[in-house]
Order: sequence, then structure tokens, then C-alpha cells
Amino acid sequence: MLRHALRIAWKDLRIELRSKEIFMTMAFFGALLVVIYSFAFPNNPAAVRGSVPGMLWVSLAFTGTIALGRAFDRERENDTMRALLLAPVPRLAVFVGKAIAMAALILCVAVIVVPLLALWLNAPLFDYPLELVVSVAAGSLGIAVVGSVFAATLLKARSRDVLLPVVLYPILLPLFVAGTKCTEALVAVHPNLEVAHYWMGFLGIYDAAFLVLSLWVFESLVIE
Amino acid sequence: MNKLLVPILSVLAAIGFAVSVYLVFFYTPLDFTIDHDSGRLVGTSLFFNETIMYFHVAHAFVLFTAVFIGGIASILYLWKRKPVWDDLAAATIEISVAFGAVVLVTGSIWAKAAWDVWWQWEPRLTMSLLLWLILVGYVLVRKFAGPSADRVAAGMAIFGMVGVPFIYTMVGQDSHPGSGANGVAFTLKGRMVVTFWVAVATFMIWFVALVITRVQGTRAEREVRELRERALDLGVIE
Repeated sequence: MLRHALRIAWKDLRIELRSKEIFMTMAFFGALLVVIYSFAFPNNPAAVRGSVPGMLWVSLAFTGTIALGRAFDRERENDTMRALLLAPVPRLAVFVGKAIAMAALILCVAVIVVPLLALWLNAPLFDYPLELVVSVAAGSLGIAVVGSVFAATLLKARSRDVLLPVVLYPILLPLFVAGTKCTEALVAVHPNLEVAHYWMGFLGIYDAAFLVLSLWVFESLVIE
Repeated sequence: MNKLLVPILSVLAAIGFAVSVYLVFFYTPLDFTIDHDSGRLVGTSLFFNETIMYFHVAHAFVLFTAVFIGGIASILYLWKRKPVWDDLAAATIEISVAFGAVVLVTGSIWAKAAWDVWWQWEPRLTMSLLLWLILVGYVLVRKFAGPSADRVAAGMAIFGMVGVPFIYTMVGQDSHPGSGANGVAFTLKGRMVVTFWVAVATFMIWFVALVITRVQGTRAEREVRELRERALDLGVIE
């Protein structure tokens, strides 16, 4: 099953590598967000320490949902989602493959946006690089897992572009809160690694719980 | 019998409402004692605006019952794909939006009296708010998603049920009166118990009446649609 999943993930990533459509637009959108933040919020070092965790996770939420919507739109345009679901592979493989591809894509965008936050806002984000990378990766994975389930389910829905965040954000709220608290502990004047590790564990548990749930309901949600 | 059920329940709820208003204001004493040494008035955390508590907690009970039924019905719908479960989930969750709004508003009023703030990011408030947001999202999906609304909504209900407990563990200290086994419902004394359970029963009956009406409405809608389609097929109407 994992072989099939990886093949589907690779298919999606290859389309993206050739067109670079989502990556380019999302990275640019993320950069614009950072520019807006630096004007919209107080820009002194003390204030930045307080607001940069929120900026980071809000950017992740915004770019993540738009990327998800666009990526699944590709499967809708030629009704290829139906073909994928009819393919002689377990349907779970379709889901896992999609989630892997989405997580990779969201991470790629984060790789652009997070350093920009550190650069333009002088935020001490990279004082603890390992913790930051792990928490952002866990967050991206969570967004990709839950997002893939609902982007696939909303594929045929009317006004799916607005409904995706309406559905996703309430469910992802615990993830955003945990991520923000984790980053907050890392960029504080007195960084608290113990707190950061607690929230990283929380993100891990959240990801695991929703991965299991997604594997469990994906098939019955996408079948008409 | 079936036709009489909703009117009977509604009348019961109306009587219950009048009775519980009477009980709250004229029958139940306020929960405080006078300290003999200092002669000062000592209130429990409930004493502040205690009167609103009977409606607040009763609505919260109904809210959580409704959400529980809605969640189970959503699981059953995805599993069995019988429209009856979808109708039940849609009805309970739609109605729980109204009950949730009452819980949040009455809670805010109580909080202003007891904590001197309208809102506090405390576990149970945050959890109720998140739950309410999920419920509103559910209704929006049902209204605007078109053909696949039933599946998206069912998924949202199930994912929401798993997500809500997470938030409870993650924000600050619970400063609600009586948490867990010391919950408000188990620590009331004397006449307060009677008033409290009359209020709970009243709103439960009212909730059941609303759900039945809503499910009947959905079914009637579906029947009309099917009849219309048949009429169109037969060329009776254009």
C-alpha cells in the first residue's frame, strides 16, 4: 500500500515540479503576508517576540488552505479523482499519497515564509532550529492530513473555496493553538524548552489522532 | 398519536417554562450564608447571579446531548448511508446552534457578575466556543455545499467530536464553579435541586419537540421534491 501511496504522492509532486504553479504563487502570497504583518503590527523587537508565533501559524494556515484547494482542483478539472478512486489500489493509498504530497508542498512554502519572517521582522526564530523545524513539520503534516480529507470530500461541492477554511479551521484550531504556544516558548525572552517540548508532543498526538481518524473515515467520505 | 406528539411536548415545555421561571424567582432561595462572626454575607461561587444558572446549565446539558446525538447519527449515516440518520444529525446540530448561542450568552452574563469580565479564555468557555463554531460551520456546509453537503457535514461532525476534547486540555485553569465530579448538578442543595431538574427537563422536552418537527420538515421537503420530479416526468406540471 505504501508503494502505491508513494507513487501517487510522486505523481502530484511531479505535476507541481513541472508547473511550479502552487509553490510559486503560495510562496509569493506568503511573502506578501509577511510584508503586511510588518506594517500591520508594531515592529519593535519586544512586540515581535509576542506576535511572531501568531504570524507564523496564521501564514501556515492561509497558504496551506489555498494550496490544498488548488491542488485538489487539479483532480476535479478532468474528473481524475474518480479515476484515482477507481484505480486498482486501496483507497487508503490514494489518501496517504495525497496527504504526503500536500505535506511536502506546505513544508516547501514554509521553507520560504519562515526565514522571511526571521529576516524582515528580526524575529529570533532560529535560536532553536531543531525545535522550530520539528514543530512546523508536525503542523504542516496535521494541516495536510485533515485538509486532504476535506478537500477531497468538498471536491464536487458548490462554493468549495470558501467552505474549505470554514470546515478546516475549527477542526485545526487545537493544532494552531499548540503550534503558536510552542513557537511562543521558543522565541520568548527566556526560552522555555520544556514547554516547547510539551507542545511538540501535543502536536504529535494531534497528528496521530487525526491520521488514524482520517484513515478510518476517508473512504466513506469520498465515495458518493 | 404521531400527530399529537409534537403539540403535547410543546405544551409540556410551555408549562415547564412557566413553572421553572416561577421556581427560579419565587421558590428557590439564593445560595448564601451570613457569617456569624463578622456578620458579612458569604456567597458560594454560584451565588453571583445564581438565577441565570438554572437556564445556563440546562441549556448546556441540552447542547451536549444534542451534539452527542448528532455525532453518533453522523457516524451511523456514513456507515449505513440511510437518510434517516442524516436527517437526525442535521436536525439536532441545527437546533444545537440555537441552544449553544443561549449557553454562550447566559454564561457571559453570569461571568460578568461572578468574574467581572464578559469573557475569559478558560477551558470550558473555549471548548464551548470551539464547539459552537464547529456547529455553525456544519450548518453553513449543509446550506451551501450543494450535492455533497451530507458527507462533508458528517465528516465535520466526526472530526469536530475528536477535536473538541483537545482544546479542553490546552488552555489555562478551569475556573468554572464545580468541575468534574463536583459538577454543579451534584452539589446543589434542597430546593435548588428541584428547580434545576425542572429546568433541565423543560428544555430537554422542548429540544425533543424541535428535533421531531425539524426531521418531519426535512422529510416533507424531500417528499415534495420527489413528487415534483414525478409530476415533471409525467408532464403534469412544467
